[in-house]
Formats: sequence, C-alpha cells, structure tokens
Amino acid sequence: MIEGILIGLTTALTLQNILMVMVGCFFGTIIGMLPGLGPMTAIALMIPITYGFDPATGLILMAGVYYGAVFGGSTSSILLNAPGVPGTVATSFDGYPMAQQGKAGKALAIAAWSSFAGGTLSAIYLLFMAPSLSKVSLSFRSPDYFALMILGLTAIAAFSSKGQFLKAMMMVVLGLMLASVGQDSLSDITRFTFDNMNLTDGISFVLVVMATFAMSEALTIILKRNDPTSAAKQVSLTELGSIKINKEERTKMYKTIPRSSIIGFLIGVLPGAGATIASFLAYGMERNVVNDEEKEKFGKGSVNGLSAPETANNAACSGSFVPMLTLGIPGSGTTAVMLGALLGFGVQPGPRLYMTNPEIFWSIIMSMYIGMVILLILNLPLIPYIARILAVPKNYLIPLILFFSVTGIYVMSFNNFDIYLMIGIAVVATFLRLYDFPMPPLILAFVLGGLMEENLRRSLLLSNGSWEFLWDRALTACILLTTILIVIWHVYKTMFKKTKN
Amino acid sequence: MKLIKSLITVLFSTLLLISATTSSSVAMDKLHFVIGGGAGGGWDGTARGTGEALTKAGMLKSASFENMSGGGGGKALAYMINTKPANTILVQSTPLVLRSITRHKGYVKGNGTLSYKDVVPIAGVIGDYGAIAVAKSSTFKNFKDVVDAYNKDPNSVKMAGGSVRGSMDHLIGALAFQAAGADPNAVAYIPYDAGGKALAGLLSGETQIISTGLGELMGARDQVRIIGITAPSRVSDAPDAPTLKEQGYDVQFVNWRGFFGPPGMSNSDKSKIAKMLGDVQKTPEWETVRARNAWVNIYNPEGKFVSFLEKQTEEMTALMKKLGVI
Repeated sequence: MIEGILIGLTTALTLQNILMVMVGCFFGTIIGMLPGLGPMTAIALMIPITYGFDPATGLILMAGVYYGAVFGGSTSSILLNAPGVPGTVATSFDGYPMAQQGKAGKALAIAAWSSFAGGTLSAIYLLFMAPSLSKVSLSFRSPDYFALMILGLTAIAAFSSKGQFLKAMMMVVLGLMLASVGQDSLSDITRFTFDNMNLTDGISFVLVVMATFAMSEALTIILKRNDPTSAAKQVSLTELGSIKINKEERTKMYKTIPRSSIIGFLIGVLPGAGATIASFLAYGMERNVVNDEEKEKFGKGSVNGLSAPETANNAACSGSFVPMLTLGIPGSGTTAVMLGALLGFGVQPGPRLYMTNPEIFWSIIMSMYIGMVILLILNLPLIPYIARILAVPKNYLIPLILFFSVTGIYVMSFNNFDIYLMIGIAVVATFLRLYDFPMPPLILAFVLGGLMEENLRRSLLLSNGSWEFLWDRALTACILLTTILIVIWHVYKTMFKKTKN
Repeated sequence: MKLIKSLITVLFSTLLLISATTSSSVAMDKLHFVIGGGAGGGWDGTARGTGEALTKAGMLKSASFENMSGGGGGKALAYMINTKPANTILVQSTPLVLRSITRHKGYVKGNGTLSYKDVVPIAGVIGDYGAIAVAKSSTFKNFKDVVDAYNKDPNSVKMAGGSVRGSMDHLIGALAFQAAGADPNAVAYIPYDAGGKALAGLLSGETQIISTGLGELMGARDQVRIIGITAPSRVSDAPDAPTLKEQGYDVQFVNWRGFFGPPGMSNSDKSKIAKMLGDVQKTPEWETVRARNAWVNIYNPEGKFVSFLEKQTEEMTALMKKLGVI
C-alpha cells in the first residue's frame, strides 16, 4: 500500500498534473462563486477535453473543479447571501450576518481556513482509511438515513430562540410543503403540480435558496432603503478587508474544525447524503456542543457557526470519492458524471482499485493536498479585494445580485418558468422576512424533509408496513436516541431558564 | 423594373442551386439537437456524442445543442410539437413510450396528449439492455434461484430499482418475473431516486436483487453478480453476464435511444437524417464515441423503428395494466 501511495504521490507531483490541479481549482473557484452554475454542469462539459489526457490527469482536473467549487461557493454566500453551490448554503447562516457587521474580510478568511482544514484533514482520513471506508458507505440503510434526517432537523432550534419558535416551525411546514411538490419519488403520482408540466420535476433546491436568500435579501434592502437602522450599517472600507483572525476566534476554530471535519467526512462517505446535508448536520451539531454564550450568537454571526459548515462541506466533498472509487456508486450528480468519465477511460472502480490502479486512486487523494494549498493561496490574498464588493453602491450591487440570480437559475434548466417561479417565491419570502420569519428553517426542512419522507416510506416498504424498523437496527436506534436526548436537553434548558427568570 | 427583379431572383436561385450541389459531399449543413434534460444526463450524452461523431466524420457541417429541462422531457417534446422547428431533432428513449401509455396530458396546445405518435420517429441509434443483479456475496447464483426463493416466500425477495413504480427499472424486473410464471405485481419493488442509490441499497443488504439498466451496473461490476440480462444474446461488454433467454425465460427488452423530428417533417428530410445516422455508425469517429460511452449499436431506422415502438407499446401496456400503474 505504501508503494501505491508513493506511485500516487509521484503521479500527482508531475508538472502536468500540478498544472491541472491549478487549472481545476481556479475554474472551480469561479464556478463556485457564480450562483446557479455548479460543478456538475462544468465537469460534464469538460469531459470531452479530458479524454485527451491519461485517466489520472483527467480525474485530477475534474476533482479540482469539484472541491474548488465547494471552496469558492462560500464567497458569494458570505458577501451576497447568494450561495454559489448547494453545499455552501449553511455558510450564509452566520457568514452573511458577519459580513453585514463589517467583518466581511474576517468571515472570508475564517471560511477559507476552515475549508482548507476540512479538505486537508479529510484527505488525511482518506489516506489512512480509504480502502476500509467502503464498509462505512454501505453501513447505512434507509431507516438510518431517515433517522439521520430527523437528527438534522434539530438544527432548526438554532433559529427558534426568543419567541421565534412558532415562526420557525411555520417556516419548517412551508419548507416541507415546497419539498412535496412534483412527482412523488416512490410512485409516479404527481403532487401539487396543478397539471403544470414545469412542476412535475419538483422545485429545485438551488431555486428555493436563490429566491429565499439572495433575491428576497436584495428586495428587502430596497424596501428598507430609508430605514435609519440599515443606513447605520454602512461600514468603512478598511474594516471590510481585514483578514486578521484574533486569538479568541482561533481557539474557537481549533475546537470546531476537528469535530466538523469528522462529521462532514463521514456524511460525505455515505452515498445517500452529501456535502449539503453534511454542512447542515455539522452546523446543528456545533450549536449543540458550544457554550450558552456562543449559542446565542448562532445565526447572528458566530465564528463556530461559520467554521463548522465550511469545514464539513469540504470534508464531505473529499469523502464522496470513497463510494465512487471503491464501490462504483455515485452519491451525487457530480460524482455520477465523474464515474462515467472514469468508466470512459476504461478504469473499473472497486475495492481493489487502490491496488490495481494506484496511479489513479492515490494520485487523486494526493492531488487534494496540493489542491487545498493552491486554493488557500488563490483565495486568501484576494479576500481584501473581493470583500470590497460590499462597498459597491447599493444601486449597482442590488441589480447585479438580481441579474446573477435570474441568469444563474436560467442556465441550470434553460426553462423560463423557473425564473417566474423564483420571482414568485422571492416576493412571498420578502413579505415573510418583513414580518421576521426566519428563512433557514425553510431551507433545512426543504432539503431534509424530502429525503426524510423518501427514506421513511422506503423503510416502511422494506419492513412491510411495520414501524419496527425504528429500533430494529442498533444504528437507527442510536441516532434516534441521540435526537431525543438533544430535544429533551433543549426543552429542559428553556424550562429551567424560565423558572430562573 | 419587374424584369430586373425576376432576373435577380433567377440568378440568386441558380447560385443557391449551385452551392447546394457543390456541398453534396456533406450530407447536411446544420442540425439542431433538442435535449429534454440537463448536461451530463443520458440524453445529453447521446445527442452530443452523435453530433460530435457526425461533424468529425464530415457528414454534418455544424451541430448545435439545446438543453430544455422540465417535466421529465415533456417540455422539450411539447416544444417540438407546438413550434415545429426546422432542421431540429429531439433525442428520446424508452420513457417516451411509457409516457405515451400513461398519456400525460394537457401540455400541448389544444387537447393533445404527449406521445411518440405526435412526433416523427427517425431512427433508434443505440440501446441499453435491462439487467438483474445480486450482490457478489449473495446465495443467488442465477435467476432460477431468485424465482425459487420467491415462490417459497414472496416476501424474501425485495427488488431495488433506480426510479419510481411503473418506471423502466420496475418493468425490467417485472418482465423477468412474469416470464417465470410469477405474478409481477406481487414482487416487492423498492424504488430509489437514482441508479446509484439503488445499488447502495442492494449492497447495504436492504434489498436482495436489483433491476436496472446494464450500463448502470458497469461501474460496480466488482461488487455485483449480473444474473440475467434482457438481450437476445450475450453482449461483448459483459461476456460473463448470462441472458435471461438462455436460462429459459423468454424476456427481451431494450432501452433504446433515438431521434425524432417535429410533426410535419418531410419524408425526404426524415430519410436523409435516418441514412446519415446509420452511415455514421460505420465510421471510426463514431466508434471512438461509442467505445467511450460503452454504447450498444442498435440501428433501427424509420418504418422499422415505428413498428418496434408499436410492439414495445403493446407489451408495456399489457404489463403496466397487470402492475396496476395505469
């Protein structure tokens, strides 16, 4: 195995392959920053080019685009509240409030360092455990995924403090309702499509995010332009560019990064989850473990709240290579496209790939280290300049955000119905925002709710309609028990606080 | 004045005629491919691959592509029917037949329903056979083992597939069980939202068999044992995969991919494109694209294509009625 790793290292360190990592990371970063355009489309269009190279080089390039996009996606999440890729939605929960407080440079730096650490740590996990990780990929069954989604939903607590509980719950219901639109994933019955063909495929996640985050944020700013409190938010330019992370913040990150990287990596290894779920779960888990003072800051610009999802999404991204390479199972659209390319090269994925094709298997992992360093070098010095986007006068910035939101959605499907739908949702979301309804619970419920329903119904099918699957397997029972304990803990805490007051 | 005008017209038309005859080495000038799904999907790969081979082989001067997602391909189909674009063909596959059977309604002007009969079938070009597989560690060695276990206890065999009930994945498995004399409707079908997820379900042990396209299983060949494919004879890409036919189950099914013209397309245009799609399959440029994607060449032009579609419709209608999905 060590021999194989060395072969991989020498393959990854050839001039051509280092160049490919650089090219991949550069394009990935740009694709990630642009809302709508995701790594899957970019990689699909790239395939014909890669056939000119040998398989290792082609895969290194594609992998670079993939993790580069997840790395770069945080930038637009933080600065514009417009997540560039689905995996960086949770980044905007705390990243955007932080930027609004005049700490955009710092937020970007925290995101960059967390991404770097998450990506590097998970590449280390891969190095030591990759061949045996395929067992982890296959250890989860439908009931376990169901339990995992329930656990993820507890993250909603982060947005339901101080009288917001009812509003957060209403947004959860709205998110679940939106998730149920379209063709049912188990039977071919369509739900809530009103005989409109454009709705049969359901509403895309990116569309909902763009409408409820980027667009409604822009519209809210327009509506509140004469509001004195928002005018006071104007911050000085020198502040925006500062990328210094102070000691207190660093200590927080030291604790957050290791645990989030493990959660992210494990979720990434599961074929039924992915970077988006990983970032949500890491965010929710982080809130459960931090102290009360920090807990209050969640959703308002917490360092831990920003660092956790950023670490997790990059860790998950590396983790998702496990089922693809060692089992030939793609966990996401992006890895499915890469798997197709791998087969096109005539390479057979499988548990022995690391022995039969060490130059491919290990060189991809080795290239991740190089890629992470390149991404850090690429991103850190640019932060002071990128952060200045916020200094662009609002009358230019807002139309730009609206423009990118609309074009971003359009290039995803080339269906103009999606544009109308997005505007419709954005208008509703703007009204809800004016009445202080939080948007993140809606997004969480939309993503987790769809998967939760699908896995619940599949579990019921598998167990012939019996609910025993909830405790039949130790793993399911453990996850559900953890969820129950977290909920009881939260309830106990709030009750306790009330009596004390 | 009138004379000059008509002179110019004559001159122009002769010029056009000359240019048309001189470029006869190229079968066509331009062709626009409409794709009813996003980049990276099966339709997308078929259209772009075919376009690439045609242009590189010098049969087509320029190919353009347009992705038009929505309604599981229905949006693109409706576009072809409603606007009848010139020099444009639509890529489609077996789900079009299933759609024709279930008659998804109301997306075309007037009271039309979407069906392959509303567009002009030009030719089927490639195909993927259905396959039934088990995990490598499974005790099932062939399809008979599965049927025996099913007959003993119908609940002991759960079949995974990468799409909803009544979809192609479901029908492939149902066809096999039907040929074995079992009630296809009693077989527990467990749907997943993608082929990869269904594979993960099989390998995690929550289902015992998987029913899907052969191409879907190629990535995981080391983890699964293919115990039956729906081809007439074994295929070169997976020589160790037995056919269902050789095991005594008379099942044949092919998930074809092919091209369709807008309604009202002239017979000469149709024949020209069909011939071009057939001729290109003999070129090395096509072979490069085919090998890269592990496609199976199944060229099926015009009239033959139509009768094939009719036969598939008939078979699938009967099966779907049995399954209670229509």
